[in-house]
Amino acid sequence: MNRIIHHPILGEKKPSKEVVIYVDDKPIIAHEGEMIAAALIANGIFINRYTLHKHKPRGIYCAIGRCTDCIMTVDGVPNIRTCITEVKEGMRITTQKGAGVWQKEDQQ
Amino acid sequence: MIQTELAIVGAGPAGLSAAIEARRAGADVLLIDENARPGGQLFKQIHKFFGSRAHKAGTRGINIGTELLRESQELGIRTCLKGEVCGIENGQNLWVVIDRNRSEIVKAKKIILATGATENAVAFPGWDLPGIMGAGAAQTMINVNRVLPGRKVLMLGSGNVGVIVSYQLLQAGADVVAVLEAAPKLGGYGVHTAKVARAGVPFYVSHTVKQAFGTDHVEAVEIVKLDASFNQIPGTEHIMEADTVCLATGLTPLTELAWLAGCKFKYLPALGGHLPIHDDRMRTTKENIFVAGDITGIEEASTAMEEGRLAGINAAADLGYISEEEAKIRSREIWDSLNCLRSGYFGQKRRESKDLMLQTGNEVIQWKIH
Repeated sequence: MNRIIHHPILGEKKPSKEVVIYVDDKPIIAHEGEMIAAALIANGIFINRYTLHKHKPRGIYCAIGRCTDCIMTVDGVPNIRTCITEVKEGMRITTQKGAGVWQKEDQQ
Repeated sequence: MIQTELAIVGAGPAGLSAAIEARRAGADVLLIDENARPGGQLFKQIHKFFGSRAHKAGTRGINIGTELLRESQELGIRTCLKGEVCGIENGQNLWVVIDRNRSEIVKAKKIILATGATENAVAFPGWDLPGIMGAGAAQTMINVNRVLPGRKVLMLGSGNVGVIVSYQLLQAGADVVAVLEAAPKLGGYGVHTAKVARAGVPFYVSHTVKQAFGTDHVEAVEIVKLDASFNQIPGTEHIMEADTVCLATGLTPLTELAWLAGCKFKYLPALGGHLPIHDDRMRTTKENIFVAGDITGIEEASTAMEEGRLAGINAAADLGYISEEEAKIRSREIWDSLNCLRSGYFGQKRRESKDLMLQTGNEVIQWKIH
């Protein structure tokens, strides 16, 4: 686990409600309100996607929603910036290959 | 359509400060930010700020953020979160995509762009491996998200971001294997640099990353010495074990909206590149559009807050809430404070570039006074 529980300035991490999310169909424990990318790192997952042409792995790069390196397919919608998208109970996340595939109709 | 007197894009230190001043003066303000929470990058700044006490020196950025949010709430400032401003037309209409599924036009009499900056990248073989990230990205992960993106971190860049994030990585429980600096001299404030050095982290001046190794993640990094012209010196390579490389190699202002709006630009490398021209009231060349914070040049949160206040006061004056006279007096006070922040060894270059900007701005910007 890569969670920072004790911190000399920020103090102890406040207890958070745990939620279950699925990454490539495997359940992992996330904390309510946290970003998907953070939950993945907490669980030791560092690859968010593979590039379109060379199939190279990509992880987080800017962590503030600018670079789009951390995009994944979330609940059937590809290209979601996981560093600025909060986890939700039961969310299904897939490691994205290339541009990804829409797994269902637009939610609109 | 949403109507407002003053729309502010970006709820970081500049945008929040602008909103607070303008709202206090009586203006109807709409603060728009693409994130789920306001505060910009303040909430990852857990170190104490520099400057004089009047500039909130000695206070941690995170506490300054909390204070600004409290003030903006007390003033009842309307805030549109998860609002991405994707377009701007006629200097008064903003196209905002809200929560990624709803499109809204915001019609504003005045607009302040306080969009901030983004981290620069450095490309080397292997730089795209997971584990290589902006120093600010690592800082967000440890201080905001409270997760550790790596255990053995190599920091590229010894400026303030490099040394501050290095120290915060140590506080978060990571090991910083080295801080590299391409220039022959270290770039950060002595107080931050010394803390990292005292913790036993080695500093390498005139060094950079030659390449990173790994298949699914960084595993090792080859560093190399640079000559006076920043060329790699063959034979000086050496390999270090690291699972993370943080790039602290400067920032670039996020100026897209100012370009889209048709603002004129000036190139000032000491402040981060192409910047929208502004005058001493933070007005751009495009009528009704103001700028504040890192979009006007890369500096610090303390300067961003002062510029935000300037923009807020002058936008409110343009809207008729503050008299010309009062706006002038208050602006002058803020400029004195800014000049003080831009003094000394580290501030002088920024001050000189800012003076050039103001010179141009005051010459070319001629809005009609309401």
